[in-house]
Amino acid sequence: MSTVTTSPDDAIRKAVASTPRPGPASPVASALAFGWRGMLKVKHVPEQLLDVTITPVMFVLMFTYLFGGAIAGSTGEYLQYILPGTLVMSVLFTTVYSGVALNTDLTRGVVDRIRSLPIWRPSPLVGALLGDSVRYLVAGTVIIVLGVILGFDPEAGIGGVIAALALVVVFAFGLSWVFTTLGLVMRSPNAVMNAGFMAIFPLTFLSNVFVEPSTLPGVLEWFVNVNPISLLSDASRGLMAGNAEASDILISLAVAAGLTAVFMPLTTRLYRSR
Amino acid sequence: MTAHLPPAIEAEGLVKAFGDVRAVDGVDLSVAGGSVYGVLGPNGAGKTTTIKMLATLLRPDGGTARVLGHDVVREAHQVRRAVSLTGQLASVDEDLTGRENLILIGLLLGLRRSAAKARAQELLEAFGLEEAAGRLVKNYSGGMRRRLDIAASIVVTPRLMFLDEPTTGLDPRSRNQVWDIVRELQGAGTTILLCTQYLDEADQLADRIAVIDHGTVIAEGTPGQLKASVGSGALKVRLIDPEQRPQAHEILARELGAVSLEADPARLTATCADADRGALAVSALSEAGVRIADFSLGQPTLDEVFLALTGHTAEQSEEASRGDAEPEPEREEAVA
Repeated sequence: MSTVTTSPDDAIRKAVASTPRPGPASPVASALAFGWRGMLKVKHVPEQLLDVTITPVMFVLMFTYLFGGAIAGSTGEYLQYILPGTLVMSVLFTTVYSGVALNTDLTRGVVDRIRSLPIWRPSPLVGALLGDSVRYLVAGTVIIVLGVILGFDPEAGIGGVIAALALVVVFAFGLSWVFTTLGLVMRSPNAVMNAGFMAIFPLTFLSNVFVEPSTLPGVLEWFVNVNPISLLSDASRGLMAGNAEASDILISLAVAAGLTAVFMPLTTRLYRSR
Repeated sequence: MTAHLPPAIEAEGLVKAFGDVRAVDGVDLSVAGGSVYGVLGPNGAGKTTTIKMLATLLRPDGGTARVLGHDVVREAHQVRRAVSLTGQLASVDEDLTGRENLILIGLLLGLRRSAAKARAQELLEAFGLEEAAGRLVKNYSGGMRRRLDIAASIVVTPRLMFLDEPTTGLDPRSRNQVWDIVRELQGAGTTILLCTQYLDEADQLADRIAVIDHGTVIAEGTPGQLKASVGSGALKVRLIDPEQRPQAHEILARELGAVSLEADPARLTATCADADRGALAVSALSEAGVRIADFSLGQPTLDEVFLALTGHTAEQSEEASRGDAEPEPEREEAVA
């Protein structure tokens, strides 16, 4: 530090003196800045990671040991079946929180400043979801590590596990646009949470995450088979076992792209007009 | 000196309706570049809605506005490049530290990370926030939050700054700090549109004032013009010895005319349009041996101006509009 001391007034005068205006931030730079903002919030309130770590652990333990014997004959065999499914479920449940967080943001004054900045319009949303993707990654990793500890054997090895995790996170990024849209049309964070889980809960259970569709009555079996969450679970299972079907992976990615194509512009529009 | 510059803000017939309520109902404004322009009115008068339209956050339902030469609807992005907004709710992120807030804004405005950090440090020092830089903003006092808010608005110096009720809820010391910052900003060449419901704030800071009520501008001019339009000023005298009041009354009535006696037995007020005559009246009192504790000779306060213009005081207007649910849209929209 220099030894020259200045009075507060001088410091203010110097600070307010005109500074050259830099060129505008690129879309990537502004999205990354918002992603950084999301990370900082996790850093300051690490407890908010509890929902993405404790809940999945509970689900894996509960389903494996409570229902495993009854459903699949043995807990070990059932774990092999549901672990990729619980990965899908945990990560998709986490996407609801993206909508909740956005709704909370709107109740704060900072949204006015953000909306008055000369930035690429979707960047606050894209950035927030990039930050959330880290949460998805944490939730997914917790599940896989726990599964391996309990005896889950990914036959395709680490490469298959990483591919499955990546696919699920990409799908979650697409799906979370649905919940950010919800976050912009609902009145309170709680309403977003309730509506979000009311949608995602049945959709997840009416998939092949927990049971073989062939054991279900006709109409239900048909629905479960066309449910994109079933396709994603199949793809995730296949990637971990080394026998993935290209169609499952491609359709999952297409659904994610489709959701993004529809709900990202919708979210951006709503964000601007609210 | 600033008279020949093109106006920083030109608004004509701005209208914004929320449902059936016309929150802004035909506002015209012309703000000279480099000036501090006060928009004065009670809660629910339409100040925040007007600011939000000018700052491109709300699309007007009618009328046009140009900010620094750019249309706020068609050229919204160019407007955003040159203005900054300090909203009514503090426009900073409560879940981040003060330093992180400033770095974030710097990054979003296109600074490199190192430049954003250096600028944040400079602003934190200048605004007396260095010690609190690492604390979460939700733990800041109202005054600290406001200073951070203004610092965030000048991470890159804006050509025009919107300040929406910057001192509402602040203690006098914090309020004076904010006022000093506003004066320095104007000195550095920034045009400032200041919304306030405090009459003395507009009087202290603004070069011109628009008085707004129920979504329309009901008076516009310099603080002096507004006061003059209301009528004459007053000489207020407080005596050391209340016993001398009848004598003082007689002298002031002779020198100035109408004198009113106040509830305080040591005080009297005389209407006085002319400062010279007021000075003569004061010396007449002391020549006659009337001892004066203090006196003031001034134009009417803006409170009196508001009363004269609207027929009700600012507080009454606020209550009246709350009664018929008028401020509802503004509050709703502040939350959104």
